[in-house]
Amino acid sequence: MPFEFYEALGLEPKLALDVEDLRRRFYQRSRESHPDLAGSEAEDRMALLNDAFRTLRDPVLRAQYFLQQNGIELSKDVPPELLEEVFELNMALEEIRGGDESALPQLEGARNRFAGMQKEIDLELEAIGARVDSGDKTALEQVRSALNRRKYISNLLRDVDKELNVHLSN
Amino acid sequence: MSTFQIDFSQSDAAQKSSKIVGIDLGTTNSLVAVMDLTGPRILSGIVPSVVSVKKNDEIVAGKEARELLITQPERTVYSVKRLMGRGLNDIGEELKLFPFRIAPESQRVLRLQLGDVLMTPPEVSAHILLKLKHDAEAALGEPVTQAVITVPAYFNDAQRQATKDAGRIAGLEVLRLVNEPTAAALAYGLDKRKEGIVAVYDLGGGTFDISILRLHEGIFEVLATNGDTHLGGDDIDHLLMRIALDEIHTEWGEDISSDSTAVQLLRRGVIQAKEELSFVPETVIRLEYNGKTYARRLALDVFDKIIQPIVDKTLGPCRDCIKDSGVTVDQIDEVVMVGGSTRIPLVRSAVERLFRAKPHTELNPDEVVALGAAVQAGILSGAVQNQLLLDVTPLSLGIETMGGLVSKLIHRNSTIPASATEQFTTAVDGQTNVLIHVVQGERELVKDCRSLARFDLKGIPPMPAGLARIEVRFLIDANGILNVTAKDLRAGREISRDVKPSYGLTEEQVEAMILESFEKAEEDLTERQLREARVEADAVLVAVEKARQEEAFLSLSNEERAAIDTAVNELIVVQNGDNHLLIRDKIDGVDKATQNLAEAIINSVAEKALKGSKIDA
Repeated sequence: MPFEFYEALGLEPKLALDVEDLRRRFYQRSRESHPDLAGSEAEDRMALLNDAFRTLRDPVLRAQYFLQQNGIELSKDVPPELLEEVFELNMALEEIRGGDESALPQLEGARNRFAGMQKEIDLELEAIGARVDSGDKTALEQVRSALNRRKYISNLLRDVDKELNVHLSN
Repeated sequence: MSTFQIDFSQSDAAQKSSKIVGIDLGTTNSLVAVMDLTGPRILSGIVPSVVSVKKNDEIVAGKEARELLITQPERTVYSVKRLMGRGLNDIGEELKLFPFRIAPESQRVLRLQLGDVLMTPPEVSAHILLKLKHDAEAALGEPVTQAVITVPAYFNDAQRQATKDAGRIAGLEVLRLVNEPTAAALAYGLDKRKEGIVAVYDLGGGTFDISILRLHEGIFEVLATNGDTHLGGDDIDHLLMRIALDEIHTEWGEDISSDSTAVQLLRRGVIQAKEELSFVPETVIRLEYNGKTYARRLALDVFDKIIQPIVDKTLGPCRDCIKDSGVTVDQIDEVVMVGGSTRIPLVRSAVERLFRAKPHTELNPDEVVALGAAVQAGILSGAVQNQLLLDVTPLSLGIETMGGLVSKLIHRNSTIPASATEQFTTAVDGQTNVLIHVVQGERELVKDCRSLARFDLKGIPPMPAGLARIEVRFLIDANGILNVTAKDLRAGREISRDVKPSYGLTEEQVEAMILESFEKAEEDLTERQLREARVEADAVLVAVEKARQEEAFLSLSNEERAAIDTAVNELIVVQNGDNHLLIRDKIDGVDKATQNLAEAIINSVAEKALKGSKIDA
């Protein structure tokens, strides 16, 4: 069933959601569906409710789910606008892994730039989300592009943080 | 209180429906509690989590077994919780620290050698549970068959399953496994704080848990949990033991580490010293053995230095937990301390520093988990209204994919029950089964995670490779235990599956163990019920005799008095027989026959009260 996470919480499919309202709905419905109160046959219903709340309360997971329910998959390619930056970053990572720590400041600089970009994307997602919610279907493609970038950057950040942790704890 | 009315209300208690008990099955000590009208209460004293096989092969648990730890250490086992759900290959560390004697034929399931008796860890735990069950039955005066049992939040699937097996072997239907810190929060939340964000720091005998919860209008939502299932007071004891054994070796010129009686006596001395240091700045570790005396002064600041690494080991999981919970340290309103080891001053100050809040220690850290388990039992039975626990799974669940990599299906800290579905197909023409390897853990490689089980999906109709569509559903239930179902999407029917748990007992093994212990338990129960029925008959007869002296007795009709005499005589006749049901039946008879008498007495008492005379004569 498409958009069943929204339905589980009694909501219309929208990209913008009030998380406090979401939590209230989740608590209220938990009282009706939790196996502790409603018996073990309610287990599946509660599992769906839990999955729904976990997905929808997070703006990024929510947007991903929203796209998926619209039949749009994310791509795994490097977003073209990031190519140059990623190339330099990978060079720095290689050097550091090879034992040359002189690239560490460069890595930290890249880390901060990426973290900044991620914040911008989050704001961007909010703005495009509002357009999608008001019926602008063409904005869906922009959601996809923003999410692709965000996902890619968060993977990069994970790699960079892993490397920085190793070297900072030494 | 000497009124007739009260004497009779006691006999009514036996007819109430049986209660669900809450059990804290601890590494060092265990406790059983129940929910009353006024709140949760502990049913009987602490039961040390120790089991011993006596020379006549009788198996005892609790205080008696703890004494036998000194006189027959080789037939006695403690801290068995550390072995629950573990295999031979992952207990190496434990064997160095504990005098566990593992039987040579142990494979997937460990077997402990206690004299001539071989027992798996779930069976040992079952004996502790059986002792708690009997204590609870004695205290309640009725059979106990259902329980909520607590487990460390960071227990994995195999450890949870082993705990559930232990309950079944003891003849208990385990209605729910509850995480220990969550149970503590439940007891704490009912009693103290009702709203806000609470962290529970639980350092027990052998396990460490940290959980962060949001409390709102009776909902206890666990935001994140973390921990270490092999970290606790036991580890502190071992550090002190190592120092003492070395020093004794030097002082006495004798290595006593292979003399298990001496070691157990020393262990007792070390634990006593450790506990004293929570209240005084200096103490002495003492051992008197074979006419020799070892006495070592231990000051708190030295003790702190010794145990610092253990306390530090708890802080990493705390930081990770805060991060995962999505709240900041400043948003955490309170830290609740659970487990005996949180009495240690260094533990308290480390927690205070990390959370920047004074830790709460008002509730007895030894009892709060059992009390919380009783509250959860009350939620399940409907006795407790408007409260609900929303707990999480502590570890991510994944399946093995190409190249030994893990594909995560359910992430850690997901609220349970949680589910995930995944589609599988065949790789070779005509393939009729698919093997799925399920693992638990946070790492990317299968070899770094813990193997849970292998599921063999069988009976797939032969067809060209890649055409089969098998949908597998993974469900982590409210106990944190994995259930797997598989469906052939093309044929639209369930697919049978063979489950090979990587660790733990098979269904058949558990069944066999249940039968054995049940027979014994049944026998015990009948005996106990008989004893209890006789005691109650005595009480009823005394009460009737007393009632005969009351003025109200004279107000009864002749028929009523005759009926009372008959009922009383019938009870006297069966009282010393062997049939507890018959005794109960005759007690009921007396109850009925004296109903008018009881009312008359209550009325006269009320009249007297109105006239201002004393009720309690």
